Amino acid sequence: MPEKYHIHAEPAEPRYQPVFKLSSTERDQCLGCNDCAKRNCIYDVYKKREFLSSELVDSSGSFCKSCMRCVQECKNNILSKLLNPEYTQIGNSYWTPAILTSLWQQAHAGKIPVSGAGYDGPFSGTGFDDMWTDMSEIVRPTRDGIHGREYISTSIDIGTKLDRLHFNGQELADDLPPMFSLPLPIIFDVPRQAGTWRGVKQAVQQAARKLQTLAFCDDRESTGSHIIPRYSINEKIEPDNSSKMIEIFLESCEGQLIDKAEKLAGEISKSKPGLVICIGLPISKNTAQTVVKLAKNKIGTFHLYANHSGRGTGSDSDYFIKEIVRETHRGLLAESIRDCVTILAGGGIAMAEHVAKLIACGADGVVVDNALLVALECRMCLECLEEEPCHVHIDAIDPQWGTKRIVNLLASWHSQLIEVMGAMGLREVRRLRGETGRVMFFRDLEEECYAPIFGKRVW
Amino acid sequence: MLCTDIRKESMVNIIKTPSRFKNRIGKFAVHRSERCTSCGKCVTVCPYSVFVKAGDKMLRPKSYLCSGLKCAESEKGCVKNCPAGALSVAVNPNYKVLGDYRWTPDLIVSTWYQAETGELPYMEIESDSGNSGGGLDRIRIKARPKESIDPKKVDMRINLNKRNDGRPSLIIDMPIYGGGMSFGSISESTMIGRAKNAAAWNTLTCTGEGGYPEALHPYDNHVITQVATGLFGVREETIQRVRMVEFKYAQGAKPGLGGHLLGDKVTEAVARMRESVKGNPLFSPFPFHSVYSIEDHKKHVDWIKHINPKTLVSTKVSTPTDVEMVAVGSYYAGAHVIHIDGSYGGTGAAPEIAKKNIAMPIDYAINKTHRFLTQEGIRDKITLIASGGLRTAHDIFKAIALGADGVVIGTSEMVALECLRCKNCESGRGCARGIATTDPLLGVMFSVDWAFQRMYNLYASFDKQLRKLVAAAGCSSVTEVVGRTELLLHLDYENNENKDKDG
Repeated sequence: MPEKYHIHAEPAEPRYQPVFKLSSTERDQCLGCNDCAKRNCIYDVYKKREFLSSELVDSSGSFCKSCMRCVQECKNNILSKLLNPEYTQIGNSYWTPAILTSLWQQAHAGKIPVSGAGYDGPFSGTGFDDMWTDMSEIVRPTRDGIHGREYISTSIDIGTKLDRLHFNGQELADDLPPMFSLPLPIIFDVPRQAGTWRGVKQAVQQAARKLQTLAFCDDRESTGSHIIPRYSINEKIEPDNSSKMIEIFLESCEGQLIDKAEKLAGEISKSKPGLVICIGLPISKNTAQTVVKLAKNKIGTFHLYANHSGRGTGSDSDYFIKEIVRETHRGLLAESIRDCVTILAGGGIAMAEHVAKLIACGADGVVVDNALLVALECRMCLECLEEEPCHVHIDAIDPQWGTKRIVNLLASWHSQLIEVMGAMGLREVRRLRGETGRVMFFRDLEEECYAPIFGKRVW
Repeated sequence: MLCTDIRKESMVNIIKTPSRFKNRIGKFAVHRSERCTSCGKCVTVCPYSVFVKAGDKMLRPKSYLCSGLKCAESEKGCVKNCPAGALSVAVNPNYKVLGDYRWTPDLIVSTWYQAETGELPYMEIESDSGNSGGGLDRIRIKARPKESIDPKKVDMRINLNKRNDGRPSLIIDMPIYGGGMSFGSISESTMIGRAKNAAAWNTLTCTGEGGYPEALHPYDNHVITQVATGLFGVREETIQRVRMVEFKYAQGAKPGLGGHLLGDKVTEAVARMRESVKGNPLFSPFPFHSVYSIEDHKKHVDWIKHINPKTLVSTKVSTPTDVEMVAVGSYYAGAHVIHIDGSYGGTGAAPEIAKKNIAMPIDYAINKTHRFLTQEGIRDKITLIASGGLRTAHDIFKAIALGADGVVIGTSEMVALECLRCKNCESGRGCARGIATTDPLLGVMFSVDWAFQRMYNLYASFDKQLRKLVAAAGCSSVTEVVGRTELLLHLDYENNENKDKDG
């Protein structure tokens, strides 16, 4: 039996005090009584707290678990908890403070976020929040993978696949197209601005190697079987022999570019028959039909790009990655060529659930970018896009530390993916691809459950 | 024998049961500045006893009694009538950090108030719905012409045995019972308080998957023994004690994942009850390894029925897309009650990815199941119970109007004991507030009697509100409300004639 894929996590302390949710205030009227509410704190917040002079913060906020007992028990009622203003200001509407702090915690400890009490968020939302995954119930055979009795595989295959084999007598008539497997349905990328930061680049690439996955890379210095060199279509393409795969990135789905890419891909695969050639496309109105067209012409691997919020850029900002992936998946199904093609997609992958959901919508693998920076304590202020210096100096990290943080994040995500698949009764992630029978969409449920009662919904 | 005869503590009344804590958190904060001359005018102005004068000094205002900004800033209010201009009222900053979308700070404070007094709060507080932006939080109960039914005379009883299979009927006096919370996840005061409350209202509570401690024996008639996949503490004797046994196939907050009691919570007593080792974490696997089909499920049900010829059987499942098929299957397997637990339900510990994403919100599942059971012609032969994020009397009424016979609540009971959903029940010593913990020091922060009375008061408030809603719907019995979806409207749908009135 092949070795089980397991990601070993090892705690990696944050460099900065993580931004916490609640801060404390205290009126100056302490009675000095013997039964101090602070002393009774079961989390020893007031014992452990210290003033971090480097950051000018009191560390108590990171130990406090908001039980409010000190607030309610103080004899003179001098303690209060307030929402930390800094907390409300980090991130944006997509990368919410709750997502950022959770990712930091995962990158620190490598553990699945577990908590008590029921779900506390909105009923549903936009983007990835308008769907739920489904689970098997007693009437279906299922398995209990999360507790380790049965192995849930997270391997995927990348490359072109034949729909069937043709034979000439005893001989195979076709050449087998290049293909390889990854033990994890996740490939790394980093946003362009961060890709030039040496420490980040090394951390991402080392983590990719350690996890036996791959990382996209724009420069030609990095080489190795874990690197996917990315070329723009106008560049001279000279892959060295160490890569398993290269990418040709197109700025748009415009016809001439597509023809050129197709021609180029044909030439390269002739000279390097073992190389997987991936075509990178931004998401837009035409993405799905472009992929189908190219796939019919024997291009087998695609990478769909969205921005950091999962959307298209410029006039394509109405398109969300999961919708485009669904449309692409369906388009390929309609042509009966879905199994011949590998779809990778990324942009806006901010939580482990997004990986599962995007795969369920039709991606074979998911490309993770900004989340890797968040593992390195990025606060998604996005000021680096304007070439402003990084507030938390990610450009100066120690690559060893960075590697650990990224590996931890992925350890947590891998476990969460297995949790979700275990609940669905799926034993391998390849079977999750496009399996919308195992998900529920907000719109469909409203239609099915509420329309018969309430009539027509106003969207 | 009609089960109302068993009602043990019918003489219990609402007794005012204040918070355990010295400083109460209310929605509003009344501030008195140094300009105060202690004239005492505010004492006469405020109808809610916020201000108290002791000798010639004013005590600190009891902000938690303040009804809100409307009153305070009105012509007759304290702010305008203070001769020294020393008073101001604002939303309490501590209040702002409570709660979340589903359990808003308003709902938490409102539930605390109901647990203290048995009444809805008089303050400017939204006590009926949360702020999650969908499902029950966007459904409203239609305003209707006044009916002449006396709410006090509304029949609130429901019968859990509709099968006519020769087993006893089990009539509970209200369409609400308590969800499974195991010995090990909650403190003994909490557990026994719940049982005592169930007895007082002649309804039920559930052991959860942690065994049946001796202290529950006096309440046998009001306890459901849960049989879950780990079979912790399940013995023939515990099945024979009770009038209903519940199979827990899944839990709404973490369907498909099984249970997990972290090692820290497995104390000596918990380990003894669960026949395990102190300090070792305990997993309940998913699913029942002996059940892979409805036929297997039937074997399970038959097993329980054989061990206790008088007990009813409830099947607790969560809500996959085909929840209605599961319900039908369960009926054919011989269950009396199908209990569907939606995805936003409570838990002592669950992966956040599961709580948010797996399975269907109960808001959808109720009517879907009700309709299918009706089409199959078996709706009147099985009792449909719903749970998973139902918080208020309005939620309960909506669930019944959507098609449930009754509901199970859990978190509301915990909030009655002053849970504020800080979500730390899963780790370390457990709940800092002494509710969901087995820690020897934390577990004795309140008495059984205090817990009982707080929950009793909350149930009294639910009972009163539900009776009013049922009477207003023109029904003399809560069973008449089941599936009456025309009593509801959804704010996001067209033809929603009462929108302005209720929105």
